[in-house]
Amino acid sequence: MKKSDALGAPFQPKEFDFADMALVEEIFSRYPKGREHSGIMPLLDLAQRQVATTGPYGDLPMGGGWIPQAAMDKIAELCGVAPMKVYEVSTFYSMYNLEPVGKYLIQLCTTTPCWLCGSADVVTACTDTLGVGMGQTTPDGYFTLMEVECLGACSNAPMVQINDDYFEDLTAESMIAILESLKKDVMPASGPQNGRKGSMALTGPTSLAEQAKKAGVA
Amino acid sequence: MLKDQDRIYTNIYGWESPFLDGATKRGDWDGAKDIIAKGRDWIIDEMKASGLRGRGGAGFPTGLKWSFMPKEVTNRPHYLVINADESEPGTCKDREILRNEPYKLIEGALYAAFAMQAHHCYIYVRGEFISEASNLVKAIYEARDKGLLGKNAAGTGWDFDITLHRGAGAYICGEETALLESLEGKKGQPRNKPPFPAMAGLYACPTTINNVETIASVPEILKRGGAWFASHGKDEKNTGTKLFCISGHVNSPCVVEEEMGIPMKELIDKHAGGVRGGWDNLKAVIPGGSSCPILPKDVCDTVLMDFDSLREVQSGLGTAGLIVMDKSTDVVYAIARLSHFYMHESCGQCTPCREGTGWMWRMMSRLVKGDAEIADIDTLLEVTKEIEGHTICAHGDASAWPIQGLMRHFRQDVEDRIMQYKKTAA
Repeated sequence: MKKSDALGAPFQPKEFDFADMALVEEIFSRYPKGREHSGIMPLLDLAQRQVATTGPYGDLPMGGGWIPQAAMDKIAELCGVAPMKVYEVSTFYSMYNLEPVGKYLIQLCTTTPCWLCGSADVVTACTDTLGVGMGQTTPDGYFTLMEVECLGACSNAPMVQINDDYFEDLTAESMIAILESLKKDVMPASGPQNGRKGSMALTGPTSLAEQAKKAGVA
Repeated sequence: MLKDQDRIYTNIYGWESPFLDGATKRGDWDGAKDIIAKGRDWIIDEMKASGLRGRGGAGFPTGLKWSFMPKEVTNRPHYLVINADESEPGTCKDREILRNEPYKLIEGALYAAFAMQAHHCYIYVRGEFISEASNLVKAIYEARDKGLLGKNAAGTGWDFDITLHRGAGAYICGEETALLESLEGKKGQPRNKPPFPAMAGLYACPTTINNVETIASVPEILKRGGAWFASHGKDEKNTGTKLFCISGHVNSPCVVEEEMGIPMKELIDKHAGGVRGGWDNLKAVIPGGSSCPILPKDVCDTVLMDFDSLREVQSGLGTAGLIVMDKSTDVVYAIARLSHFYMHESCGQCTPCREGTGWMWRMMSRLVKGDAEIADIDTLLEVTKEIEGHTICAHGDASAWPIQGLMRHFRQDVEDRIMQYKKTAA
């Protein structure tokens, strides 16, 4: 679905209220007085996170975070701008989901550095295991697959983002293991899946000898 | 090779706590008061003497950039904005600073803000970096709690605070004026310049935007002196140390701090375990993140990793993200995939970029298959020239350069594919 098509779609709830107004006030306090419009992005994020915590919406099984139009209207009201100003922002940025998504939103990076390291195998592992294609959600509403551009973890390619977490240094096998774990609602440990620490070379540190010794990695 | 005692980032792999307990052991915040006491002119002079050039890609001298801020503060407050919207394919260095060395960034922000008379700093972190942003926020709260931020920050007499603002998945917000638009709660579409941000930036106030690595290098430069920083590197225009991100077909990809101007071969061999299958198995390297034109092996054999050496071979240091490709690589697809990236990330404001990036991606897709005429290559190159330099920001240029680089060095591969396709079709 084109992002703007979500506006006015039948799945839209009529109302939305922020559960924690203190948090809303805290967001406004980050910006100078009279600059409430700077709060639009953090509030969109807050709305999306709130929806994720309330579970599946209506008849739809998807329990992931997304932003109903009513939330955008509420944000416009709070920020003192026309609703269109908020729609412009929500449709521009790729991280705002404007329609319901699965409980586990899997964003697969396929940009050149990940592709060179085998992201195509990771994609196939996901589509084969879940039986859905890119941009689709499994019928049980658990998984949504989404192809994304570079997520900025290129030295740990290939990688995917699942909800808030990065899973790096993937192979088809480790990707399948992650999916199987998520099917049981067990979130596996995030980060590199091949045993390395951060972006240090897998074969061991090539610099910072003294620090490495102290840390016990040399 | 850079000596360990000359490295700025000693916790880049996260071996120790990123927070205050670990940071103070690493020497962060030592002598903050003395540095501020030396005054803003001294800070700017040291930064100029260090020769530090912006680490975000463009390589503009940092000290000079700071000196563009108005000397007197009028009724419009000054702002420091830190660009942590790291999204250039091949680049993953700021991420390591955000999650493992947040105090280098916070301390650097204090000195930079003092030098440009700003009391507030916004750090714009790309939306996907959630755990990185949460580490940084934790560090900011801890700093406030310990009096390192807030009124009389770190006992320096300067009132200073930091706010983190998260993006939401738009590469274009790494362009400084698009970033400001985004901070103001709008679509991230770059502004026309002038006015430059130093005159009218965030909320139309004087603003300087610096990259994460630039600011995080500041404390060490001021503590050891601009001359120390300038003593490293290739020459007086390419000084200091730099975080390099090595990805692609190497035996052990990594992020590592090295001296500016290190030979590319040495960098890959010493730190990334060499090219998969040996150096002779190398086909090409994109040396500085996706927008820097690709270099073939014979150039990679001898080229040095610094701003000017890479410019001489018609590429660039960019963000120093090396994307290494061995002989098994379909180099045409590798570049075509980047064309898809630029199409996806075009903000849609300028026609040459909005329409051109899509056109180039479609053309590149055909070239991947070989379903084209030889003359189409020249048409494509002509289109890249029509886009380059005809847009508000550098996104148009950045989308054109990878294709120009491909045709400069690998045109034969593309032509061979076209001929092969014709043969198969016939």
